[in-house]
Amino acid sequence: MTTVLGLYNYWVVIFLMMVGFYIVIAHGNMVKKVVGLNIFQTSVFILYISVGKVRDGAAPILDDTVTVYSNPLPHVLILTAIVVGVATTALALALIVRIRESYGSIEEEDIHRQDESL
Amino acid sequence: MRDLFAIVMLFGIYSLLSAGFFVSMDAVDVALTEAAVGAGITTVLMLGTLALTARTEKRKGHGPLLPLLVVIVTGAALIYATLDMPYFADPDAPAHQHVAPRYIQESGTEIGIPNIVTSVLASYRGFDTLGEVVVIFAAGLGVLILLGVAGDRRHDASPSTMQHHLVLRVITKSLIPLILLYALYIQFHGDYGPGGGFQAGVIFAAAFILYSIIYGLNSAERIISPAVLRFLMAAGVLIFSGTGVAALLLGGNYLDYDFLAHDPVHGQHVGILLVEFGVGVTVTAVMISVFFNFSGRSNARQETGKQ
Repeated sequence: MTTVLGLYNYWVVIFLMMVGFYIVIAHGNMVKKVVGLNIFQTSVFILYISVGKVRDGAAPILDDTVTVYSNPLPHVLILTAIVVGVATTALALALIVRIRESYGSIEEEDIHRQDESL
Repeated sequence: MRDLFAIVMLFGIYSLLSAGFFVSMDAVDVALTEAAVGAGITTVLMLGTLALTARTEKRKGHGPLLPLLVVIVTGAALIYATLDMPYFADPDAPAHQHVAPRYIQESGTEIGIPNIVTSVLASYRGFDTLGEVVVIFAAGLGVLILLGVAGDRRHDASPSTMQHHLVLRVITKSLIPLILLYALYIQFHGDYGPGGGFQAGVIFAAAFILYSIIYGLNSAERIISPAVLRFLMAAGVLIFSGTGVAALLLGGNYLDYDFLAHDPVHGQHVGILLVEFGVGVTVTAVMISVFFNFSGRSNARQETGKQ
C-alpha cells in the first residue's frame, strides 16, 4: 500500500488513544479512569508493535528457513512495559482503595466537595 | 454503562483480543505477556478493587461536550502528524535501519540462542530490563505500604465461599500442577521459543491466585507466607544485579555475561538463565503479594463489618 491508506495503523492507534483519553477526562469514577489509562497504554503498545512489523516478516526467532524477521526491539520494549504497566496499575488500584477508605467514595466530584467543605 | 463489573469484564476481553492482534503482528512474546497480564492479573486486581469500593458509577454532573471537543481536536492534530510517518509494514522504515539488523544478524553467533527477543531483553539491553524489574519491585513495595499494614493484623478469617463448590475444587486441584509446569516451561524454554521470566512469573502467580480464590487466602498463605514473598521480591532483584556484579568481578563490564564462563557464548547462556530466573522470581513474588494485599484487605473489612 503506497497511498495515504498505508498509514491506517496509526489511525487505529489514535482512535484507541482518544477513547482512553476521553474516558480519563470525562468520567469521575476512578476505576473507570484507570481502565481509560490502560486503554491509552495499550494504544501505545499497538503503536510500537505495528511499527515493528515488516512485510512478509516472521516472528523474531532464528530459523534457517526464514529470511525476513520483524523488528525484535519494539517487542522487547513493550514486553517489559506490559508487566511494568500491571505493577503500576496495581499501585493505582491500591491508592483507589485507600481513597475509598478515607473519603467513602471513589467519585471525583464527591472527593472535591469533601475537600472544599473542610 | 454504569456497571463497573461489566466494564472490567469488557476490558479483560479487550486485552485478550489485543493479545491475538500481537500474534498477527509477529510479536509472540508480547502476546504471551498480554494474555497472561491483561486478561488475567489486571482483571483479577480490578475485581478486587471493586469488591473493596463500589460496583456502580454515580451519575456525573457535567455533560460530555467539552471532553469530546478536546478529544476530537487532539485526535485531528495527531492524525495530521501521521501524514509524515512511514507506511505500515514498510521494510525501509527508519525504525528497521539502526540497531535491529545487527540484533537479527549477529545475535545468533554472539549470544547463541534462537529467540532474538530474549537475547535483546536479557543481554543487549540488560540494563533496561534491570531498571524495569526495579520498577516492578518498587510498585510491589508501594502496594505493600498502602494496603499491607492492616492485612497483617487479621487472624483466621472465614474460609472462602468457593469452598463448597466441589467441581471447582477438583478442577482447580488438577489444573494447578499443569499451570505450574507450563510456567516452568515458559521460564526455561524462553531462550528457544516465546517466553521468559516476565511471562513465567505472571503465569506462576496466576496459579497461586487461582488457589487462593478457590481455597481461601489463609490456605494460600500457609503455602507461601507474606514474609517469604517479601524476601523473594528482593531476592529476584538481587539475583539480577548480583549477576552483573559477578561479571564485574570476573573482569568484564556490568552485566557483560561473556566472562561468566570459559567461552563467551557459554557465559551468555549462564547469564541469561540467571537473569531470567531473577526476573521470574521478582515478578511472581510481586504479583502474588499484590493479590494477597488486596484480598487480605477485603477479609479484614468483612471482619470489622461483622463486629
